Amino acid sequence: MAETALTNTGTSITRPAGWRGIAADWSSDQRAFKNVSWGKAMMWIFLLSDTFIFSCFLLSYMTARMSTTVPWPNPSEVFALNIAGRHIPLILIAIMTFILISSSGTMAMAVNFGYRRDRVRTAALMLATAAFGATFVGMQAFEWTKLIMEGVRPWSNPWGAPQFGACFFMITGFHGTHVTIGVIFLIAIARKVLRGDFDRERRGFFTSRKGYYEIVEITGLYWHFVDLVWVFIFAFFYLW
Amino acid sequence: MVDVPFDTVAGIPPAEVGEVELYHPRSWWTRYVFSQDAKVIAVQYSITAMSIGMVALVLSWLMRLQLGFPGTFSFIDANQYLQFITMHGMIMVIYLLTALFLGGFGNYLIPLMVGARDMVFPYVNMLSYWVYLLAVLVLAATFFVPGGPTGAGWTLYPPQAILSGTPGQDWGIIFMLASLILFIIGFTMGGLNYVVTVLQARTRGLTLMRLPLTVWGIFTATVMALLAFPALFVASVMLLLDRLLGTSFFMPTLVEMGQLTKYGGGSPILFQHLFWFFGHPEVYIVALPAFGIISDLISVHARKNIFGYRMMVWAIVAIGALSFVVWAHHMYVSGMHPYFGFFFATTTLIIAIPTAIKVYNWVLTLWRGDIHLTVPMLFALAFIITFVNGGLTGLFLGNVVVDVPLSDTMFVVAHFHMVMGIAPIMAVFGGIYHWYPKVTGRMLNEVLGRFHFWVSFLGAYAIFFPMHYLGLLGMPRRYHDIGETVFVPASAHDLNAFMSVAALIVGFAQLVFLFNVIWSLFKGKEAGGNPWGAASLEWQTPETPPGHGNWGKELPIVYRWAYDYSVPGAIRDFVPQNEPPAALSAQGAHP
Repeated sequence: MAETALTNTGTSITRPAGWRGIAADWSSDQRAFKNVSWGKAMMWIFLLSDTFIFSCFLLSYMTARMSTTVPWPNPSEVFALNIAGRHIPLILIAIMTFILISSSGTMAMAVNFGYRRDRVRTAALMLATAAFGATFVGMQAFEWTKLIMEGVRPWSNPWGAPQFGACFFMITGFHGTHVTIGVIFLIAIARKVLRGDFDRERRGFFTSRKGYYEIVEITGLYWHFVDLVWVFIFAFFYLW
Repeated sequence: MVDVPFDTVAGIPPAEVGEVELYHPRSWWTRYVFSQDAKVIAVQYSITAMSIGMVALVLSWLMRLQLGFPGTFSFIDANQYLQFITMHGMIMVIYLLTALFLGGFGNYLIPLMVGARDMVFPYVNMLSYWVYLLAVLVLAATFFVPGGPTGAGWTLYPPQAILSGTPGQDWGIIFMLASLILFIIGFTMGGLNYVVTVLQARTRGLTLMRLPLTVWGIFTATVMALLAFPALFVASVMLLLDRLLGTSFFMPTLVEMGQLTKYGGGSPILFQHLFWFFGHPEVYIVALPAFGIISDLISVHARKNIFGYRMMVWAIVAIGALSFVVWAHHMYVSGMHPYFGFFFATTTLIIAIPTAIKVYNWVLTLWRGDIHLTVPMLFALAFIITFVNGGLTGLFLGNVVVDVPLSDTMFVVAHFHMVMGIAPIMAVFGGIYHWYPKVTGRMLNEVLGRFHFWVSFLGAYAIFFPMHYLGLLGMPRRYHDIGETVFVPASAHDLNAFMSVAALIVGFAQLVFLFNVIWSLFKGKEAGGNPWGAASLEWQTPETPPGHGNWGKELPIVYRWAYDYSVPGAIRDFVPQNEPPAALSAQGAHP
């Protein structure tokens, strides 16, 4: 079955499906990824690069954890909270994970409404996503505060290997920075959506280029990536 | 190779992407300073890179003065010597070569060679330069902070990099790491642009297998950089935390000045792995653009199509992929398991295969070509010679048993200067002499160029060829003063003095080059649009230097690869990429 390559010049190009299609695309002129805009391609490649950064962080952490001669603190104990007189391990992390994964859901809905050009719902869902993200960062700040009060420092902690605090603050801090940047982007794009920039083809202040609703999806790519990274951090840091 | 899949103009596929409106500068500031035009950004990158490169050149003079005439220059003490080698290495590898090849050549040539109006995201591209400039300024600032720049060696190995015995422990190392982090952020912004431009913004008719090899080299190097720099980024962040917060990622329990330090439990080897996971691809990040540039230079100036174009492309890609699985050959003396040494020696030697394919193809391109010994061609030939030379010593160092005794000797210094110092610099100079007419509209002076070439090429050999011998004698690198040593004969000291004099002469020859670049800007011979008779797209612009948007009203349409030289039956000895086949047969040229 032949697929069609979308263009924005009014013409359509048929191309073969499956592997033959991939070979045809890569040996064609103009674009290697048909139907992929510049912005989306750039975000994917950036995320690939960012994957290497997080992989290096996590591999370094694993190396430190496996090679330490001092016992590694037990995450279930360290990240437990006493709620209503009950000692619940990892409860805060579980809630944070739930919130972040929920935010991916609202983000996906925002992308859908964006392509339907439903300005208000798109912006509302993006702001909801941003609110989830901000809540996540807030809970992370609470967690940091709690650990610091208990005496965890980047260079030492009361329970064992000093690399525990170092890796914890570095990795969650770097991930939290990603979430924060995402929240800022979400708010900025939501403002543009709400104002109707993409309907009126208003030009960017710095770039003097028109914006498109696709930017909602590109922001979504970033957001889902940050969410996915958290799943790995959750698995390797907290559940290990 | 006759590669004309579309025999009429109507056969060219329609444009898939509409014209994107460019940012039009409205003032002098946005035209020349905060410019979003890739060509201006390229010139900014090049000037900045060469300026900081001059600093590194002066540092190499000071090092050679100390090595050649130990004890004579009292203002160079051991600490300063270590600072000089560190800054020289770091500047040359990252802030000069990486920035010049990717930021300079990449920005100028990619949009022109792929027939685009600009990079896909000009604003991000501009930010890339300004962050790079900031990184350079932070780096340069280390010369003025208390304690001076770091003297940890360009590899910045912990634990010594952040211990008090190392010069620059107070501020130098902090500034260095901050500068590296900034550089990587800035590079990522530019690198994403280069990759997306090559993949998604080619003009009609330009398939990947019709790209000039320069674009292939820069493109592959950029992809590698986007995957390798993250390791350096992480290593820099962690080392910075070790230094500033007292974490122990890389710091084992150790005694400093008779006192137990606050550190403990970290792994210095982890840093080495992260550093070389970046460091080895970095060698090819510098080499692959050079490969590409040299391929184009040889083809144009020998008036022959490049031999084995497809093999050249796949060799570039194969080298790029293989270079990610060889990094531990820099760590044979770190005490790794012999089986790992075996693995990394094997992968290292496998790289010789695609590299040899490239060298043979360059030689076969030259074979029975109409060789014009222009200045760019001279530099291209010099590149092949120095690269083969450095590559052969690489075979020595890639083998564990040979590497272990040669490790940390001058042999290693000679090897990497030949293969990733002299050879890429030859490609840089060849490229500048070749494309300067396109950038400025004027030719560089030929006589000064030949002088510059012969002094640089022969001088580089005078410096680095004897260095192999010193290394085989066992003379260690990074030593401020070798002194009276049993295994170093007196003649070695004379050789050192000879090399130092050669280094000074080569350094001064670069001033001739700088003079040539500035003088020719005003007084050089008018070049016209295509002085070398080159077929690739960047020489077919309607204006020289290319105007804003590169191509005038209509984007070019490409009908063939970039190497149609001396085509039998054609009226000229080259056929531009954008010349339609119909026009050819109308002139009775192409069959």
